Amino acid sequence: MKNRSLVSIDDFSTDEIIKILDLTEEFEKQPTSKLLEGKVIATLFFEPSTRTRLSFESAINRLGGKIVGFSDAANSSVSKGETLNDTIRTVTNYCDLIVMRHPIEGSARFASEIATVPVINAGDGANQHPTQTLLDLYSIRKTQGRLNDLNIFLVGDLKYGRTVHSLMMAMSRWKATFNFISPEELKMPDEFKYYLDNLGLKYYEHNDFTEIISRADIIYMTRVQKERFSDPIEYEKVKNVYVLRDAMLKNTKPNMKILHPLPRVNEIHPDVDSNPKAYYFEQALNGVYTRQAILCSLLGIK
Amino acid sequence: MKEPKQMSVSAIENGTVIDHVPAKNLFKVIQILGLDKIDNQITFGTNLESKKLGRKSIIKISGLFFQDEDINRIALVAPDAKLNIIRDYEVVEKKVVEVPDSITGIAKCMNPKCITNYETVTTRFKVMSKKNVSLKCHYCEKITNQENMHII
Repeated sequence: MKNRSLVSIDDFSTDEIIKILDLTEEFEKQPTSKLLEGKVIATLFFEPSTRTRLSFESAINRLGGKIVGFSDAANSSVSKGETLNDTIRTVTNYCDLIVMRHPIEGSARFASEIATVPVINAGDGANQHPTQTLLDLYSIRKTQGRLNDLNIFLVGDLKYGRTVHSLMMAMSRWKATFNFISPEELKMPDEFKYYLDNLGLKYYEHNDFTEIISRADIIYMTRVQKERFSDPIEYEKVKNVYVLRDAMLKNTKPNMKILHPLPRVNEIHPDVDSNPKAYYFEQALNGVYTRQAILCSLLGIK
Repeated sequence: MKEPKQMSVSAIENGTVIDHVPAKNLFKVIQILGLDKIDNQITFGTNLESKKLGRKSIIKISGLFFQDEDINRIALVAPDAKLNIIRDYEVVEKKVVEVPDSITGIAKCMNPKCITNYETVTTRFKVMSKKNVSLKCHYCEKITNQENMHII
């Protein structure tokens, strides 16, 4: 994977994904080293994303790498009207790898084509966020001991949520069964359902948490954002339907784990946090190891 | 009696005739094929009656022959175009255009948040469906379908 960019999860073959997950396991055992000593990584955050940026920067710092970059376009030459093309052509001279978050879709692919160093997409608008997908896959494999034949519940905003789309596409490689739980306005788009139809994979759609919650291996929660609703009354009606509470977990499988890309607002009640099935904070920690594995793979160090 | 002066659009000796171009897309075809930048003798007629298209255009280019991949670039704007390859005043070959597997720099991505609509980036698409043409943007990965397709 040396000198390759990671823009979309589809850029990696199944074998390559497994390699990253195996390497992540190594970093979990030994997260601190000097592997990135002498390397300069640019973290270009054209829109703020505290969590993703800190996770990357923690991953780099623990491996002894140095960071240059900015955390908000307002603090960069973009505010002077510089094009992305010019920013990338300049920054590529200063560093060994670029981590980029940008609000415009397709910006990461474009950057990867003009940069002379590998580019990691840390989110391009509503399009892709592959390091999130890889850390989700790692969390699933770690907690379930496998990726094959799992029953995945995706809950909340399934229409706009890029994390659920990418995760669904990725998990389809391992023959998952999907349960989609969302309000009518935020249902999984048809194009993704066709995708599953073509693969012959099973999926079920629900409007609320039903009896079948007991079948879940993974419950992946996402935020239902008020802005997504054309009618505010609709939002008020559904906002509490998609809140996960500890009492709902009584009959769930012992291996079941709850994931969430974070930040959480109110969709997981705090009373869930102390349940051993809550896994979202460990999931965030896994993100650091996963990013270490990705950085070292693309730089050809591991 | 004096013979009326006649503007003859004569048959070409060697070259290509592109027929069944929708009249409204004539100039797009000219642009896509770069016919406005070459020195060959070209004649075209437009708003000609056509049973199939209503109004069609026809382009005759002297001394020019197209590779399939070049001519297929007009498939988005002239899907019914027919080519007659002329050698020594005779039609030696007829061709139809075919939508290619990928399209570079002809269509616009319909996603207003796509990088190609913000910066100078040549658009690139993978053709997902050829019949009712739908294009997947190489950059933002969104689908642009026939109804929303704009030619640059």
